Amino acid sequence: MDTAPLPPAPGEKTLLRFLTCGSVDDGKSTLIGRLLYDAEAILTDQLETLERDSKKFGTTGGEIDLALLLDGLEDERQQGITIDVAYRLFATKRRSFIVADTPGHEQYTRNMATGASTADLALLLVDARKGIVVQTRRHALICSLLGIRHLVLAVNKLDLLEFDKGVFDTIADDFRAFAADLGFASLRIIPISARFGDNVGTLSERCAWYTGPALLDYLETVEVDDRADRIGFRFPVQWVSRPDLDFRGVAGTVAAGSIAPGDPIVVAGSGVQSRVKEIVTFDGAVSRATAGDAVTLTLTDDIDVTRGDLLSGPRSRPEFADQLAAHVIWMKDEQLVPGRSYWLKIGTKSVPVTITALKHRIDVNNNAHVAARRLRLNEIGFCNLSTAQPIAFDPYKTNRETGGFILIDRFTNETAGAGMIEFALRRASNIHRQAETIGAKERAALKGQQAAVLWFTGLSGAGKSTIANRLEQKLVALGAHTMLLDGDNVRHGLNRDLGFTDTDRVENIRRLGEVAKLMADAGLIVICAFISPFRADRLMARESSAPHDFLEVFVDTPIDECIRRDPKGLYAKAQSGQIPNFTGLDSPYEAPENPEVRLSTVGQQVDGLVDGLIETLRARGIIG
Amino acid sequence: MSQTNLLSTHLRRLEAEAIGILREVAAEFRNPVLMYSIGKDSSVLLHLALKAFYPARPPFPVLHIDTTWKFREMIAFRDALPGRLGIELIVHTNQEGLRRGINPIASGSSLHTQVMKTEALKQALDKFQFDAAIGGARRDEEKSRAKERIFSFRGPGHTWDPRHQRPELWHVFNTRLRPGESMRVFPISNWTELDVWQYIVAENIEIVPLYFAKDRPVVRRGGVWIMVDDDRLPLEPGETPEMRRVRFRTLGCYPLSGAIESAAATTQEIVDELQQARQSERQGRLIDADEEASMERKKREGYF
Repeated sequence: MDTAPLPPAPGEKTLLRFLTCGSVDDGKSTLIGRLLYDAEAILTDQLETLERDSKKFGTTGGEIDLALLLDGLEDERQQGITIDVAYRLFATKRRSFIVADTPGHEQYTRNMATGASTADLALLLVDARKGIVVQTRRHALICSLLGIRHLVLAVNKLDLLEFDKGVFDTIADDFRAFAADLGFASLRIIPISARFGDNVGTLSERCAWYTGPALLDYLETVEVDDRADRIGFRFPVQWVSRPDLDFRGVAGTVAAGSIAPGDPIVVAGSGVQSRVKEIVTFDGAVSRATAGDAVTLTLTDDIDVTRGDLLSGPRSRPEFADQLAAHVIWMKDEQLVPGRSYWLKIGTKSVPVTITALKHRIDVNNNAHVAARRLRLNEIGFCNLSTAQPIAFDPYKTNRETGGFILIDRFTNETAGAGMIEFALRRASNIHRQAETIGAKERAALKGQQAAVLWFTGLSGAGKSTIANRLEQKLVALGAHTMLLDGDNVRHGLNRDLGFTDTDRVENIRRLGEVAKLMADAGLIVICAFISPFRADRLMARESSAPHDFLEVFVDTPIDECIRRDPKGLYAKAQSGQIPNFTGLDSPYEAPENPEVRLSTVGQQVDGLVDGLIETLRARGIIG
Repeated sequence: MSQTNLLSTHLRRLEAEAIGILREVAAEFRNPVLMYSIGKDSSVLLHLALKAFYPARPPFPVLHIDTTWKFREMIAFRDALPGRLGIELIVHTNQEGLRRGINPIASGSSLHTQVMKTEALKQALDKFQFDAAIGGARRDEEKSRAKERIFSFRGPGHTWDPRHQRPELWHVFNTRLRPGESMRVFPISNWTELDVWQYIVAENIEIVPLYFAKDRPVVRRGGVWIMVDDDRLPLEPGETPEMRRVRFRTLGCYPLSGAIESAAATTQEIVDELQQARQSERQGRLIDADEEASMERKKREGYF
């Protein structure tokens, strides 16, 4: 029998996810400890441990230090600070709470963004004695950027100021003025003392001018489920279920809107349409699935749909683009450099992406836009991104689940950043590719060869140019059509405007990769000889050369040998400080991990190495 | 009527979140496994896995690390599992540890856990080349677990570095690994003990009978009741097993699992009792009381 998931009955227990933030020492951990205590979520043995810990690590002079309930890691207890985002669970009769406790230290902004990404409400603390400080503004802004719509400002430590109403009013006015532009749907300001519990669990007689509600009472009753269905049905396909020949279902969690059997759906991008046949669950078929439900849909047609696809209704489709503008929060020690390639994961889809431009950085202290060429750890920028294939999405402001993405470093696999899509850039859709009737294959066939890019990489003085030159001579002698691109030569022309900073090196390689691709499109065997020290950039060149055959040729000469050879006298200059950012000395060289060809030059003759290379080209069918 | 309608809104949300996580593991990893400890959390996890992939079977096997010191009723329950649920069960024991004679009584709980649980788990993960291990740990269990990710990255040698965890935003999980690295995944991170019990009641999930109060032979040790489950438990001078009506809030190796006196004989009675409880569930576990931050240390070494 069909049954629909019911809306919460009046008085039924609901779930609120909230985030606590604020400057270090504003008393966040103490406040959460107090909330847990007042909600009677602390059990006898935990209290005993707490009493023991308070004597050992406490900062309250032997009294119970509620903050110690939260600092879970040894380093934190020893240093009396909170390092990482912690999740606390507690429940009252009316509501269950998932609390993300995030540290106030400036360097841990990324944790705050993490906690904020799943929170419906933020509880922001200020120390009444200090008022609104830089971090208060920073945290309010991050909450706003991460799409939190409900904010509670708890003005703490008022016990130390004898609950002075004037102080509270000034802070409240300051904050309202600042937050007016941040787009919160609700803002509640409550005077409290976390340490003594005033206005936390119950209203305090010491603060008679405040008529309520108490903080816990407010958290139990505030209505946050006000995200109107602004975008219609969204369903990122997570898993295609095919247990046998008779059943084919698409499993996933409804990201917005709702769906019922018989409703039409469309696959974003391909535009293929079908209808929902059944909403399958372990407990039987249901008559409707709404945002947050994890279900399996069967469709009336056997259409092409896979993990990573986004289903919607045909009349309210998501955006579909490969050029996007987004806010990016950088979370990695190594800086964001425009031009680098990362993985972008949005919903269930992962695609390679390049940040093509950093439009500006946001100064989180005053919301100002600042010109920037790079983004450092914990900085927020507004960027243009280019994905390798178009992706389906919604602007983050309209739906967090289909508008938020993470960026993953392609070598270390670290989560390098998080982004909130603002809008699609229409550039790509207006510049249509001209369909070519003659392709690289035809052009190469006339020359009796296959187009290819041979990418020589190695330290300065490793022998790249020497080997590349000799290779080209021999190939020409064999009747092949070639083109040699040499790093130094290109810098005299096309890349004359670029220097040797990391940013410029990335752009240098990006342009060279594009030129190599054009040459290969012409049917040529393109020989490139560039130091190209960064793996990410060589990967970028490899990808831009596709579909042509790409051979990374690692000219593997130890640095000591390069310094000994020093054919251009550059190492000598660099060592005397005349050339900064010199690869191998004060700028890194990331050796290839799996090059197609590795040439160890020490004790080898150039001709021998080149003959070996020519054999490789024959074996791959590049030359006859 | 479907069972789902018995769930409160907040349990429905927790269930959907866990199902989404289980599907993500199946989609993103080459060779995942579900860690099964025979406890109530594992039973919930297994139930969620059956729901997540229905009408298909869960696309991964179930692994139990057998220290050889589990309660006999746990082993009987475990062995009935494949027949009852149609899943593949793998049991692994650290044979080298057995040969060395490691046991929870003579070796102490700390060494026993290290060798027979942590080392054994690492052996099994390496042997079967599992790249993701799904576990039933919850954030409310212990302080260092509150800082654990849902997708918890482990470096070579299964090490956990709490200072370098991947940030987790929305429900977008970074599942990428290099050779030698692995992931531990905790779908019920956001559940409390009470949530687990209420879910067991609502979904009618079968659990080991040891959770229900019954007259059992016990001795008083370290402030808790230890059950004399077989003749391997050496009795101290003057100690005589007595019959007490007890049940267990958590289950592990029997010499390390403390029972509580209780009359709760059904899951609903357990829920009622729990709502009155003033003790946390880990209180019955002897391994945590060993030392400050002992769980964090075990986790760094590769324990769950």
